[in-house]
Amino acid sequence: MGIILYLIPISLFLGGLGLLAFFWTLKSKQYDDPDGDAHRILSDEWDDKPRP
Amino acid sequence: MCPQIAACPACAVAPSAEELAKMNEVVEARIMLSLPTVHCAACITAVERELGRANGVHSARVNLTLKRVSIEADPDVTADDMTALLASIGYEAHELDAGTLRATETDKRGRELLMRLAVSGFAMMNVMLLSISVWAGAEAATRDLFHWISAIIALPAIAFSAQPFFRSAWSVLKVRRLNMDVPISLAILLACALSLYEVTQSGKHAYFDAALSLTFFLLAGRYLDHRTRAIARSAAEELAALEVPRAERFDGDELVTVPIAELAVGDLVRVKPGGRMPVDGVVTDGQSELDRSLLTGETVPVYAGPDSAVSAGEVNLTGPLTVRVTAAGEDTSLHRMADLVAMAESSKNRYTSLADKAAGIYAPGVHLLSFFAFVGWMVATGGDVRLSLNIAVAVLIITCPCALGLAVPAVTTAASGRLFRRGMLIKDATALERLAEVDTVVFDKTGTLTEGAPELTNLEDFKPRDLQVALALAQASSHPLAVSLAAAVSGAGGEPAELNDLHEVPGYGVEGTWNGETVRLGRAAWVGAKAGAQTATYLQIGTANPLEFTFADHLREGADKAVAALKEQGMKLLLISGDAPVAVETLAKRLGFDEWVAEALPEDKAKRINDLSKEGARVLMVGDGLNDTAALAAAHVSISPASALDAARVASDIVLLGSDLSPLSEATVTARKATRRIKENFAISAWYNVIAVPIALLGFATPLMAALAMSLSSITVSLNALRLR
Repeated sequence: MGIILYLIPISLFLGGLGLLAFFWTLKSKQYDDPDGDAHRILSDEWDDKPRP
Repeated sequence: MCPQIAACPACAVAPSAEELAKMNEVVEARIMLSLPTVHCAACITAVERELGRANGVHSARVNLTLKRVSIEADPDVTADDMTALLASIGYEAHELDAGTLRATETDKRGRELLMRLAVSGFAMMNVMLLSISVWAGAEAATRDLFHWISAIIALPAIAFSAQPFFRSAWSVLKVRRLNMDVPISLAILLACALSLYEVTQSGKHAYFDAALSLTFFLLAGRYLDHRTRAIARSAAEELAALEVPRAERFDGDELVTVPIAELAVGDLVRVKPGGRMPVDGVVTDGQSELDRSLLTGETVPVYAGPDSAVSAGEVNLTGPLTVRVTAAGEDTSLHRMADLVAMAESSKNRYTSLADKAAGIYAPGVHLLSFFAFVGWMVATGGDVRLSLNIAVAVLIITCPCALGLAVPAVTTAASGRLFRRGMLIKDATALERLAEVDTVVFDKTGTLTEGAPELTNLEDFKPRDLQVALALAQASSHPLAVSLAAAVSGAGGEPAELNDLHEVPGYGVEGTWNGETVRLGRAAWVGAKAGAQTATYLQIGTANPLEFTFADHLREGADKAVAALKEQGMKLLLISGDAPVAVETLAKRLGFDEWVAEALPEDKAKRINDLSKEGARVLMVGDGLNDTAALAAAHVSISPASALDAARVASDIVLLGSDLSPLSEATVTARKATRRIKENFAISAWYNVIAVPIALLGFATPLMAALAMSLSSITVSLNALRLR
């Protein structure tokens, strides 16, 4: 059972990474234009040099 | 955009110093355009490429969700250039006032709620996993370890996520009132405190998972509620932003375009034909006709020449006018109407929503129940504080209004979403509930049931020769009556006669010579006719008797359907208009109204609605003009079309986005359904309580039961709400 002493913190850490990733998406305004983003991926422009 | 990851949730909420600095520097002009027709990847690319190529444009970015493009450009690039550019590649574009839209862009509250929702969801899932092993029979040291880990996750998560409830509860407690957030906050806090105490005593039961799932479900309800309102607000703001407040002012001899806010009393402004009066004033130069239908409801244009007074909101029809400003901004008649509105509004704010009513019964009940549970068990066990407190908290958690918190937002979200797809914008949170109670519908005429566009009614009465002359004259003018006349005659296959010396006399009509005779088309007085009661224009050939062309207002699409459907639903219908009796009566009879009132002043309309309300009727007012504004605010619930004046849209609870009126009848049906669902949801959660509370009171409740009851009731309530879609 001693293994859970390692496994619980590890799983919490991994879950926390996911949470932080979600914060980042929120902060970098990735939910401002969901329709546009879905369509933009189909556009063949800027493939070599993505726009800022 | 900075890609750095915020280490703590609070940092992500607060804007970084870098962003703040960016907001302050203004080096370039920002132009916002609404693009109603963009819909695909190719559209995005085409618009952005075309705009990016234009001179002076730094960047352009399309937002497909909002159907908007924002352009960063040199200060000398104007929105008109951009609109013309987009028109040349086939996209319709309208300028949006960036100042009005600013609030939508930084939807901080929504992001904050989402962040709290994510944190509580994350914590809930982890604690739930730990709890499952406890429920499955973990004992002694393992159980204590799991409880401790749960505590470490749950306490900070709740401290961060449940803040909206604590804040709201605190603010009502300060004024000695109760709302739904008081029992919520109490349950969360007590559950946490008791669980922490139990954990330190290596007790059997900890309610961290219940406290967290409570927070999570309630935040979900809160977020749904916020999103529904944010969508409505952003659509309403877009409507407001479409009217860019600008005017042309004379600086010496030069005309400069300035924002309306900069106009002062005494300035000279020029109003082009087709333009709306930005201010109250007196005409100093020019002659024209004014369309005052939005202000008074009358459809017949009035003459305006030197020294006539004009009010903000009137539309200039034929000739350019120079106006001396007598009142600008807040002092204009447009804004003075706001006082009337404010007075009427205060009565509407007294409406208590179903959720508040439920909270009023519920909040004290729950507190009393758990208090009695505590006292009862204290007596029964002879003073076992720990057991009594455990049972009291179990009662609080089980009765906590998880389902109640979701019951209303889930239904309103589903119903507003459904109506939004049909072209109706629900601006007010309680509008649907109020709409469901309506039994009387009051309509305005001009601009609401009719489009405000005239239609020729007596084409058959004229000889082809007269029609040819009339057509030739009408084609020379952009006056709405002339445009409609020209369209009707050429639609019937008429050819214009050949006229010489054709010219428009602003404010009067059009004049020309035909076969050596003077021909005139215009106002009654100008051609020597007596003006009738109906909207009309007059044709005079030589010295012959003037001929009268009469017009009726074009019916708005779906108006007859909406009226018929409402009548079928058993509503009492009433038509109140500021227009002349003949026009009102004709329309009322055509659409099947039982009652109508003509030549009503704005105060009359509001008074009539107040009288109806005093008689116990729940009035729905549908109107668009400034003269309806007070009535819209006084009614139990109000609807205005998107073409309405800004003031009217602000005063109404629901805005019709399209030009079609037929969704009206569906709205009342949906509203009634939504209210029924809300009540069903209340009943469902009440039943859960009826079953669960005795179990909790008797002391048989376990954390597992609390978790099950909470999730089950929340899910049933959400599913029931979804049936509306």
